[in-house]
Amino acid sequence: MLLSKMKEGQTGIIVHVGGNGALRRRILEMGLTKGTKIYVEKYAPLKDPLELIIKGYHLSLRVEEAANITVDKLNIVD
Amino acid sequence: MHKKSITIALAGNPNSGKTTIFNNITGTRQKVGNWPGVTVEKKEGSVSKYGHDLKIIDLPGTYSLTPFSIEEIVARDFVIEESPDVVIDIIDASNLERSLYLATQLRELDCKVLFALNMADLATSRGTKIDADKLSELLDVPVVFTIGNKNTGIDSLLKAAIKLAGSKSKISQKRKVKYSNDIENSISKLQIFIEEHIEQTLPYNTRWTTIKLLENDKIVREHIRQKTGNKSLKIFREVETHRKHLLDRFDDDPEIVMTDERYGFIAGIIKEVVTKSKKRRIDTSRNVDLVLTNRFVGFPIFILFIWIMFQTTFVVGSYPMEWLDSGVNWLSTILETSLPDSLFKELLLNGIIAGVGSVIIFLPNILILFLFIAIFEDTGYMARAAFLMDKIMHLIGLHGKSFIPMLMGFGCSVPAIMATRTLESNKDRILTILITPFMSCSAKLPIYILLAGTFFSARAGTVIFLIYITGIILSIITGRLFRSTLFKGADAPFVMELPPYRVPMIKSLIIHMWDRSKMFLKKMGGIILVGSVIVWMLTAFPRNINYSMDYNEEINKINASFTEKQKKAAITKLKLAEQAEKAEKSFMGSIGKAIAPVFAPIGVDWRGSVALLTGFVAKEIVVSTLGILYAAEVTDEPDALKNALLSSEMTSLSALSLMIFVLLYLPCVATIATIRRETGSLKWTLFCIVYSTSIAWAAAFCVYQGGKILGLT
Repeated sequence: MLLSKMKEGQTGIIVHVGGNGALRRRILEMGLTKGTKIYVEKYAPLKDPLELIIKGYHLSLRVEEAANITVDKLNIVD
Repeated sequence: MHKKSITIALAGNPNSGKTTIFNNITGTRQKVGNWPGVTVEKKEGSVSKYGHDLKIIDLPGTYSLTPFSIEEIVARDFVIEESPDVVIDIIDASNLERSLYLATQLRELDCKVLFALNMADLATSRGTKIDADKLSELLDVPVVFTIGNKNTGIDSLLKAAIKLAGSKSKISQKRKVKYSNDIENSISKLQIFIEEHIEQTLPYNTRWTTIKLLENDKIVREHIRQKTGNKSLKIFREVETHRKHLLDRFDDDPEIVMTDERYGFIAGIIKEVVTKSKKRRIDTSRNVDLVLTNRFVGFPIFILFIWIMFQTTFVVGSYPMEWLDSGVNWLSTILETSLPDSLFKELLLNGIIAGVGSVIIFLPNILILFLFIAIFEDTGYMARAAFLMDKIMHLIGLHGKSFIPMLMGFGCSVPAIMATRTLESNKDRILTILITPFMSCSAKLPIYILLAGTFFSARAGTVIFLIYITGIILSIITGRLFRSTLFKGADAPFVMELPPYRVPMIKSLIIHMWDRSKMFLKKMGGIILVGSVIVWMLTAFPRNINYSMDYNEEINKINASFTEKQKKAAITKLKLAEQAEKAEKSFMGSIGKAIAPVFAPIGVDWRGSVALLTGFVAKEIVVSTLGILYAAEVTDEPDALKNALLSSEMTSLSALSLMIFVLLYLPCVATIATIRRETGSLKWTLFCIVYSTSIAWAAAFCVYQGGKILGLT
């Protein structure tokens, strides 16, 4: 599923990062690489952007940017 | 004994505590400027320690050395062009995995790298233990533990840096990122090809150059083109073959695969050096954030913080502002009485002191405002403000971080425009700078109070509120318009770290605040000085005015005839009339009359034109110019100017039109100087002047002519 469709408190594993060149590379360089576990911490009060926890730090992305990222949802409660 | 000098560059991620360490090393002996050609802050400092002169350069905080942003280009260029003796990579220990990305990139460059493992105490308390010896061994890099905000480990860091700078050993080629076989094959083949085809040595090591070429790095390609001329084509063709081969092999661009593999390499290191305890701990920062960015209370708290910032800036700031103001007045009174009458005295009093004095009184406001910004930035709240506001700002085509500068524009455009430095994308920065002047600054308020108070008495508050709203609406329209025309293309990605909340260090806050205020004083002082001298000259010349009557003789007549009480009033009246006539017949008056036809369609007469022209120096001056031209004493009798305005040809409609014009027209000279500085471009500065003035005229025209058609007066 797309990262932008994930709900608060859900965990997933990154399968694929799409999107155009510069944005895609930027996302990867921030550590959102294939196989990385991500946790959706929360959405901003206006539902955009969203906050993730990856590799032990907090990162925010716009929903439209998160729509480039495909994840496997994990059914664990974290 | 001659001391050996060593250049040390500090690299690291944003929020890694790099600035704190820099401040701890250099103290207040810092030089703040810009990197050549760009508006990225450059900080330098020097200290003498352990028998060496150490020159410390604070590189911009970056997550990688891929040249996407100005900061990254600046940081990378410094390391490869200036080749500092040592690069200290400051690594946030609680963020080791991501920090190592920059570290691996630094390792690939041929420079002597040293890791400062910062804030390891925090990481330990969160249950992460790092085996520094192992890390040092695996990457073949010296590692030093530091705790920036407690000033520990700094001495051993410097000692290690000096030792590393002095070590003769060649930089080891091992322990760098090993890519997968296919990529390593391409690298070594291409490396041999390049070495065969380029006789002259490349400025940087060939492996790095080869990797960058495979990654399609635009800047390195350009360097190769310049260095090798025609041969570059041959090299690029070979690079293309390898890139294509890798693309086929991995079904993805080589740069993407290599980014992936670097993180893979890092994951391997992490596995060996980090031990995490399973015990759950309370994450204070996370809990604080659950409140501050909460769905329901997040915005109210944000508004409260902003409100406090404004109140403190303008209410608390008004006290020292008054002291400074009376200081300036005191100085001019002293000079007034002690200096003999001369042209120089007039220049000094009415030109320099009046002009510079009118700007220096903003210093307290600016200090306070920057203190708040520093607090927001150092605590980590600034990122949350952007997180909260991004949705709204994105509608105008801007980044969430643009909100703060725009909001500050209601106070003063100068610090507001300087605050756009927090924006990473140049596009966002320029767009924000262009629309910030539409946020009605506090210096314009006295003008609204005078005009609205005079012509709209009971409804003055509503009118002023509507003026502010007009500014906001026009800034939104401008933002959207420019975004779809001048600044076309994808918005800057919002990918932004939300760093853990931290208690700010007083020392950092003060350095932060003072650096920026100093810049305001230095640069603005110069331009304001020139600007006010020019305006003074225009109002003070020509000297030989043909007055309509001989004021001195009239005054003498009055002195001879009237009673004491009548005398005083009559003389004041005559003196004001003389001043008004002098202003009318000065160059400024002539210019005002000459351009009056331009302002006629918006209902502004020559007096208004002159007032608007003098408003170029500082908006507050508009009121005092009107005072002079309408021969009314502004300070002693507040109603005198009101009455004068009411009995003039000015109507409430033309007053409204004038207010709209004041809201939108060209910013004051200090703001223009700041725009010039922060955009680094004369073109954008002129564009801003022309655009704002045209919009102002068009809007005022619509108000005045529209109002006339509707039969309003």
